[in-house]
Formats: sequence, structure tokens, C-alpha cells
Amino acid sequence: MNLFEYTRADTLEAAVGADGAILAGGTNLLDLMKIGVATPSRLVDITRLPLRGIKDHDGGLRIGAMVSNADLARDPRILARFPAVAEALLSGASPQLRNAASTGGNVMQATRCSYFQDPLSPCNRRVAGSGCSAIGGVTRNHAVLGWSDACIATHPSDLCVALAAFDAVVEIAGPTGTRSVPMAEFHPLPDAVGVPPALAAGEVITDVTLPDPGGMARHARYVKLRERTSYAFAIVSAAAGVHVADGRIVAARLALGGVAARPWRAHAAEAALIGQPRPWTPLPMPPRWPCRVPRRPATMPPRSCWHSASRCVR
Amino acid sequence: MTQTLNLTINGTARAIALDDPRATLLDVLRERIGLTGTKKGCDRGQCGACTVLIDGRRMNACLALALSHDGASITTVEGLAQGCDLHPVQAAFIRHDGFQCGYCTPGQIMSAIALIAEGEAGLDPERVREGMSGNLCRCAAYAGITEAVLDATRTMKGNAA
Repeated sequence: MNLFEYTRADTLEAAVGADGAILAGGTNLLDLMKIGVATPSRLVDITRLPLRGIKDHDGGLRIGAMVSNADLARDPRILARFPAVAEALLSGASPQLRNAASTGGNVMQATRCSYFQDPLSPCNRRVAGSGCSAIGGVTRNHAVLGWSDACIATHPSDLCVALAAFDAVVEIAGPTGTRSVPMAEFHPLPDAVGVPPALAAGEVITDVTLPDPGGMARHARYVKLRERTSYAFAIVSAAAGVHVADGRIVAARLALGGVAARPWRAHAAEAALIGQPRPWTPLPMPPRWPCRVPRRPATMPPRSCWHSASRCVR
Repeated sequence: MTQTLNLTINGTARAIALDDPRATLLDVLRERIGLTGTKKGCDRGQCGACTVLIDGRRMNACLALALSHDGASITTVEGLAQGCDLHPVQAAFIRHDGFQCGYCTPGQIMSAIALIAEGEAGLDPERVREGMSGNLCRCAAYAGITEAVLDATRTMKGNAA
């Protein structure tokens, strides 16, 4: 790890515009620094900023950037209004990491492309124009949508997929003011030479807002396919929600994870669902089940897949 | 520039002069305080051997920048036993052979204590396995570990009642 200067921001104003890498939970940044992929000359610690609140916001929620993944997954309002967000969080990382990792840090986490993570491999995402080692390499976890000849990496977050599905917006403070970007468009897709940064210099994510889910709160899920039961990144995942009225779907949300450099909203599929009759008989919910860890159903598929396929949880 | 790091470690307040900001909490515990019970396994947040409680919550000490946790209260495996009386989770790990080589054990025990305190796994073995998934055991003592956590959960529930 390179030597750096450590500074702690006591106010948001001090963090905005500061020249350096933002340190929140540190679970991704310190890892990248240890392997030499991130080499900031200064760390700006924002853990003491008042960004840990989850506030009601026009029927939706405003989530502070420093809210930990664990706290967010346990928030009763998330469980009631956005169960797919809780499921996405609990399907990712480990309990230790979820206690440290922040909401803003989850959004900003780097790709897990193994060539990006190896400083000796040419990578357009690290150095634009240096080449892509993944193309022609081992690509089983790489993008199938939105890629370019410069980069085929995917965004690894589970949380962001659920946030994108339910129209979350990333709130950003910068030296020239604030701006808001929909979660589904926040992560830039690769262009012909590399991948533009999601944030400009000096910008800091302050909150993520989720609008009122309306009738979708009750019928929302996150499903994740991975190579082992727990503690693995998605090969592919989906966050989905529908609002059913009078037996027909009146609103639908669908976002895919593990397939592109951003959570991928499937707008055409959503449109195709509108007006369709409710096509399934819902399984009974397990009684008195707090949405913590998905549970193996009574009729039990093999352990290798129950976690991904199990039902929620309310 | 030397910066002073204030930590309460296993109940004792410590002021540590750090001349290198790169130190992780794991480095400080092992190299500066001499508490080598907390283990360095992967040093990348993947194995859980370095699990400690930071202000009561389990985290990977290897990915915790020490200066960022200035003022925190840390509990390590050395802070569990009261003299010769082992913590119920420590005793359960011995009773159920919850280890072989023992290298991951301090992290397993700290993680198990937090899991029981979180109160979300109860006595469901599948949920205990999920809740302990951040702690790898290359000897694969998982069967014993799960039994130890379940047994300790029952013991601590009995003690609390």
C-alpha cells in the first residue's frame, strides 16, 4: 500500500471538493489499496459526517450515504416497503462486511473483474487506452449487455440492482452544487476507450432516495444465482416487483444484476407485463418470519440453490 | 506526522501514537498492543480470521483503517474469559470440537458471539451457517462449529433467563 495522508472531514463542506479518495466503511477501498489498484495520495474520512439517518420522504425513504448495509437491511421501513432491498443486502458479502460497508460505498464499489484487480494486467477501466485483458480471457462473470470493445466488466453490487428497480436516485454534493442521478443511470457504461468516472472530482454521495413503492411493496423480490450458497457475487441476479390490481399487473419493475457495468433496467419486459393477468398462485408466506436470512422452504430444493430461490420473508 | 489513536481495548483505554496512517486495526492489535489472538488470514476481508467487535458489532479488523476508528471500543478474543472461566462460546467450541488447527477459531468465536447477540439465527442450523458464512475454516470443522454455536445459544439463553 502506498503512503497517504489521512484527514477526517468534520463537515460535509470539508469533504466536498477535498482532494483525495473518500473513505467510508473502507471494505472496498482498503482492499483495492492493498493490492495496488487504488493509490490515493490522501484519504478523506467521512465516517463522522451526519449521514447515518434513514428518513421518511414522501412515502419513500431518504437513506444517508453512511448507513451501513446491516442497518439498512434491518430497518423496519425497508422491510415493509422495500423487501427486495433487504433481500439484496442480505444476499451480499458477510455479516462482518455488512456491518462496516456503507450505502454510498456500495454504490461506488469497483468491479470484481479479475483483470481490473490485477495491476499488472492492461485494463481500460484503470488506464484508458491500455487495453482490455478480459476480452479473450476468462469471462464467465463478465457483461452480456452494454459492453464495449474497451471494457466488459460488470458492477458487482446486489443492493444497487434492487435500488435501480425501485427508481432510487443518487444524491450528490459537489463543489458547484448538488445534483441527482437515477440509480439505473449512475454507473457509466464503457465507451470506445475506457469507462468515464461516475463522480466528478470533489463530488460526494450524500444520500440515496427511494420513492413511494405504491402497490409494489407487497410483491417484490430479489433473486440471485451464484456458485455457492452464501458469500459470493452474483453470476446473475434480478430485482422484481409488480403491483397487482383486480387480478392484473398494473405496474412492474425489473432490474438485472451481474450482466452489465450498471444495474440493468429491463424496461421492455416491464412494459410487456402491464395488463397481463396475474399468472401465478402465490406461495403462502412463512408465518412470523422477519426478513433476515432467507429460509429453506419446507419442500426443499437442493441446498445449492435454496438460498437463491427461497421465498420472502415478512 | 504522528497521530494519536485512542481506543478502549477489552475495557482498557489505550492511547497509541501512530506514525504511519496505513495501519489497520488488525496491525495495531497485533503489532502495537501485542494482542495476537486476533489472526491475520487473508488480510482482505474474505476469511474472517481477524473478526473483532467494534463498538459491539463484528467487523473485519483487516479492512478497518485504525485511524478511522479513533475512540472506538474494541473487544478481541483475549477479552472474553473471566480469569479461568471461559466465555460460554469458548467453552462450547471446546465441547464440540469446533476447530482443528485453531487458526480461524478466534474469529469464529468473535463472530459467533455477535451472531448470538444479533438474535436473528436462533436455533436454526441453516441460519447459523448463513450467519457464520463470513468465517472460513480450511480444516472444515464446520459441523462442530455449527453445533458449538447452537449449544452456546442455548446456554446463554438459559443464563439470561
